[in-house]
Amino acid sequence: MTRVFVPRDAAALALGADAVAKALDGHATVVRTGSRGMFWLEPMIEVETEAGRIAYGPVSAADVPGLLAAGLLTGAAHALRQGLTQEIPFLARQTRVTFTRCGAVDPLSIEDYEAHGGLGGLRKALEIGPAATIETVLKSGLRGRGGAGFPTGIKWKTVADTPDGQKYIVCNADEGDSGTYADRMLMEGDPFGLIEGMVIAGLAVGATKGFVYTRSEYPHAIATFDAALAEARKAGLLGPDVMGSGRAFDIAQRVGAGAYVCGEETALLESLEGRRGQVRAKPPLPAHQGLFARPTVVNNVITLATVPMILRDGAETYQMIGFGRSRGTMPIQLAGNVRFGGLFEAGFGVTLGDIVNDIGGGTRSGRPVRAVQVGGPLGAYFPPSLFDTPFDYEAFAAKDGLIGHGGVVVFDDTVDMARQARFAMEFCAAESCGKCTPCRIGSVRGMETVEKIIAGIQVDANLELLRDLCHTMKFGSLCALGGFIPYPVMSALTYYPEDFRRPHAMAAE
Amino acid sequence: MDAPDGAGVDNPRAREDRLPVYEAWNEDRAAAIIADHAGMDGAALPILHALQHAFGCVPRDAVPMVASALNLTRAEVHGIVTFYHEFRQSPPGRHILHVCRAEACQALGGDQVVAHARDRLGVDWHGTTPDGAVTLEPVFCLGLCAIGPAAMLDGEPLARLDAAKLDAVLEQAS
Repeated sequence: MTRVFVPRDAAALALGADAVAKALDGHATVVRTGSRGMFWLEPMIEVETEAGRIAYGPVSAADVPGLLAAGLLTGAAHALRQGLTQEIPFLARQTRVTFTRCGAVDPLSIEDYEAHGGLGGLRKALEIGPAATIETVLKSGLRGRGGAGFPTGIKWKTVADTPDGQKYIVCNADEGDSGTYADRMLMEGDPFGLIEGMVIAGLAVGATKGFVYTRSEYPHAIATFDAALAEARKAGLLGPDVMGSGRAFDIAQRVGAGAYVCGEETALLESLEGRRGQVRAKPPLPAHQGLFARPTVVNNVITLATVPMILRDGAETYQMIGFGRSRGTMPIQLAGNVRFGGLFEAGFGVTLGDIVNDIGGGTRSGRPVRAVQVGGPLGAYFPPSLFDTPFDYEAFAAKDGLIGHGGVVVFDDTVDMARQARFAMEFCAAESCGKCTPCRIGSVRGMETVEKIIAGIQVDANLELLRDLCHTMKFGSLCALGGFIPYPVMSALTYYPEDFRRPHAMAAE
Repeated sequence: MDAPDGAGVDNPRAREDRLPVYEAWNEDRAAAIIADHAGMDGAALPILHALQHAFGCVPRDAVPMVASALNLTRAEVHGIVTFYHEFRQSPPGRHILHVCRAEACQALGGDQVVAHARDRLGVDWHGTTPDGAVTLEPVFCLGLCAIGPAAMLDGEPLARLDAAKLDAVLEQAS
């Protein structure tokens, strides 16, 4: 029977993909995959033809009989036909490196993984040995994709240079930033890519054990990744003798419990050790004293999943893509009020305006774009006047923003930026780990102060107080939660001052 | 180019199949769960998750047992249970509705969905309807940020919600 690919990504499931798969049952061999990341087309199904895979979407279960009658299985014409998957403009314009397999393969088939270029990086790493592996990662220019952008090779080298003994690889899959879903997509769509990256890291630095800390809000990613770990053990990719190398490496998945701050690496380590997820003071760096006080590499899902390709194709290939000191590709995640929401992996350097208007197609509501929050709840709100900013760690930092984990949340002109500033403080108050005073107390006082401004109470004095408080939080907080929450607040104040001075019927004197 | 309705209401998996059935408190059962996980590295969270999976919450009586097994004080275990939003100290309703409160959903009218959920259920965050049917929980992001406003009912993702669609979903949750 003809093969039809139906995604099982959580977003596709939310849009009815299971019902579509059920409707196709008996008519075709249904292969469940991850998502290609074009969510306005989900559930997007693909039919295998001699010419290649042909996509149809968005497909509902009710569309299936009509599609079959029209000749779906031969890739025939239909109103929902999108043409060859590879030629869909949103996909054709991307440089897919980390996400090359996501949506294309059965996420739990090692054979499929290998047939699509998997395991080549690990074979290369075993051939060249630990020192050359680290050198390759260093030369590629890969920086941490979790948000901080720290050079991955330097982190690995630091751990490798510590004396022999128990070391750990910890993967941060606590993807809590609103507007981001790349980790989730990868763990649901190409989990072996992450496993291979962690094995390479483990062999390179001399670690025998890895942990993946996944947020509990991602039940589908957790289930798929656990199943992938079992497959990897069966295939000898994990275990006492990794691919016949005589070296041991295994991975355990741990599930978070709804604390945003556990995405901060030291809070994550505390949580993994079984404590409250409270931030640790640095130094010591996790590379020296991390999990259970042992040398530990802590990397994001995307960082680790990019490593196999760098090993397989060489540092130069990866290094040639990019912009300034930001080398390689970034999976940009278009979210919020955007017409073409989805994952767009591209070399660094594309401008924010191109991302929002050209790639994203503007707002879903059809109203003008007023603000774009980049980098999650700790990222700044950028107005269209900053749309010439290239997507690059340094360029965003220079404009008091951050690219973080690559989330781009679009708002139309109905957004009230004073409310967004208030929400930032509320979020920080709810999620603060409580260890340092600027974050724990400052966020509560910040929320109250914005509320006074919104209510029209002593607006000038409270705006001054809010700026002063943001300064204290930025420079006095222990980690990025309290330290960066001033970005959304201050950017709202700077670029949308009119929203803080609206006449209010309820205003008190 | 908008996708068809599909807020999970046509999900073929019978909702009853995945309805959690919580066990009544049983000290031997709790002891067995704790013993099963106590040997893990950093066992506290896995133990608390397993207890909550069985009993619907981390029962008060289990706290000293966890403390004893992990060589912690009761205060420390209480501290862990109360630090994490996910752990509850009393069992939830028959269904748990997690509604996203984060920015990407706000950009698509998530605040109105949140307000409607609270109005319709007549409960505040963490509250359970008087008939014991639904517990309402806030969540900061489900990773469904391109198809918001999003929510999750008993672990099943819901997308592009509005008041009417949420009503249709809740209609099934009794």
